[in-house]
Amino acid sequence: MREYIYMDNAATTPVKDEVLEEMMPFFKEKYGNPSSIYSLGQTSKVAVEKAREQVAKSIAAKKEEIYFTAGGSESDNWAIKGIAYKNKKKGNHIITSKIEHHAVLHTCEYLEKDGFEVTYLNVDKDGIVDLEELKNSIKDTTILITIMTANNEIGTIEPIKEIGEIAKSKGIIFHTDAVQAMGNIKIDVNDMNIDLLSMSAHKVYGPKGIGALYVRKGIKLDSLITGGGQERNKRAGTENVPAIVGMGKAIELAYENLEEHNNKLISLRDNLIKKIEDSIDEIKLNGHRTKRLPGNVNFSFKYIEGESLLLSLDMVGIAGSSGSACTSGSLDPSHVLLGIGLDHEIAHGSLRLSLGDFNNEEEINYVVEELKKIVQKLRMMSPLYDKLEGEK
Amino acid sequence: MYSKTVMEHFTNPRNVGEIENADGIGEVGNVKCGDIMRMYLKIEDNTIKDVKFKTFGCGSAIASSSMATELIKGKTIDEAMNLTNKAVADALDGLPPIKMHCSVLAEQAIKAALLDYSKKNNIHIEGLEDINFDDDLHDHDIEE
Ligand SMILES: Cc1ncc(COP(=O)(O)O)c(C=O)c1O
Ligand SMILES: [Zn+2]
Repeated sequence: MREYIYMDNAATTPVKDEVLEEMMPFFKEKYGNPSSIYSLGQTSKVAVEKAREQVAKSIAAKKEEIYFTAGGSESDNWAIKGIAYKNKKKGNHIITSKIEHHAVLHTCEYLEKDGFEVTYLNVDKDGIVDLEELKNSIKDTTILITIMTANNEIGTIEPIKEIGEIAKSKGIIFHTDAVQAMGNIKIDVNDMNIDLLSMSAHKVYGPKGIGALYVRKGIKLDSLITGGGQERNKRAGTENVPAIVGMGKAIELAYENLEEHNNKLISLRDNLIKKIEDSIDEIKLNGHRTKRLPGNVNFSFKYIEGESLLLSLDMVGIAGSSGSACTSGSLDPSHVLLGIGLDHEIAHGSLRLSLGDFNNEEEINYVVEELKKIVQKLRMMSPLYDKLEGEK
Repeated sequence: MYSKTVMEHFTNPRNVGEIENADGIGEVGNVKCGDIMRMYLKIEDNTIKDVKFKTFGCGSAIASSSMATELIKGKTIDEAMNLTNKAVADALDGLPPIKMHCSVLAEQAIKAALLDYSKKNNIHIEGLEDINFDDDLHDHDIEE
C-alpha cells in the first residue's frame, strides 16, 4: 500500500518542519504574555514583532501595517465590516465579485441586511472580473471594492493591479483576499495599490487559526474584536504567540523559495492537466489556463457527480475536493462554478486537485491512472452517460 | 461520515446496469440538485424477477440505489410497494440527515418503475395513484 497522496493543498497544508521548530519553544519555555513587562513577556513580544516584520516584508508593507488575526475569515470580516462601518457616513455601497470566498460573500450579505448596498460583479468564463463592469458600477456612494487576488476553487488570478488603479483613481478603498495567493504570487501592496489584504498561515505550511490583515497607513477601520489593547488597540486578545511565530516563519520561507516553488508546481500542474486531458474525454478544465495558481487543477467530468468521485479517490488513497452540492451540504453546487457559467450537471461533477510542495511526478501518474478508472466506473453507472455509451 | 455498509455498497454496488425490454422503468431526481436514479424492473407473476439501476449522484445515492434493489429483488409487487426510504436507510446502517433524500429517491424510483409497469399493462397497483414524483419531494433536508 502506497502512502496517502494529498492533493488538497488549497484546503490546508501541513506545517513544515522548520516552521514547527520555530514555534515549539513558545508553547512551554517561552510562554510569557507579550503584554507583560518582565523579560519572559518581552521575549514573546520580540518574537511577535519579528513575525510581523517577516509578514510585512513578504508584501512590501511596513511592519506597523500588519495586524494578526485568528485567520483568513476574521481578516475578511474585519476588513469589510471595519471599513463599511467606519465610512457609513460617506456612503453605503460596496463592490465585490460573485466568486469570492464565503468569508467575503456572507459578510457582504450581512451588511446588506444592515442597510449597505452590494454589487456582485460577474466574471467571465475563466473567472476573471470584468473591469468595465467594475468601472461602471462605481457610484458616489461606493466606499469599498473587495476582490480576491486568486480564487480558491478554480485558481484564477484576478487583475489586482488594474483593480487597484481603478480604486485609487476614484478614491475608493481597495481590499483583497489574498489567502490563496500568498506564497504563490509576488505581491507588492504599493505597486498594486492595495489598501487592505487578508492572509492566512495554514495555506502556506503554517499553523491553522492564525492570519493577518494588512491595513495601509492612514486607512481607518472599526475594530471587530474589542477588549484589551493588543495589536495597537485594533485587535484585542492575548496574542497566539506560537502561531504568530509559525506564520512569520512560514511566510518568510514561502517568499524565499517562491520561484523554486512556482517553477516546480507549475510544471507539475501543467503535466497533471495534460495527462488528464489526454486520458479522459468529455471533461472541462475550469478556470484560466495560465492566469491560475501554480498548484490548482480543477476539472469537471461530465455525467458523474463530485462526491462519489472524491469517495472513490479516497479509497485509493488520494485526497482532493469538489464543488458538488453533496460536498457542500447545500442543494446547489459551488457558487464559483455557477459563476463561471457552468450548468448544474457539469458543476456537480467537479474535482479540484491542489498541488503543494510535497507532491511529485510519480504521484501525478498514479492519480491519473486511478482517476481514469474511477471516472469510467462511475460513468458506466450513470443514467446520463447512456447516449454516449450507445454511440461507442 | 458514512457507515461501513454505505461504503461497501458504494464500492461494490449490486445490480448496476439496464434490463433490455424491462417491464417497468422509473426515473426520478434531476440534474439541478445532483441526483438522478433510474430503475429497471423485470416482473413475472407479480414478482420482481430482476432489477437493475443507474444512478448519477453522491455516494449515498449510489449506495441507496444498490440497497433498494437488493431489498426488492425476488419480492412481490406488494412487498416492493411497502419498501420505505427509512427501510433503505436502516438497511444501510443509517444515512447522515442531509443524505436522507437519497433514500427517498430510491423508494420513489421503485414506485416510478412500478407505475410505469402498471400503465403499460393496464393494471392497478394499490398506493400508486396518489404518489407525487415532484422534485419538491426530493428535498435535501428531509430527515428521519
Ligand atoms: C480565498 C479564501 N479566503 C478565506 C479563507 C478562510 O481562511 P481561514 O480558513 O484561515 O479562515 C480561505 C480558506 O478556506 C480561502 O481560500
Ligand atoms: Zn446527494
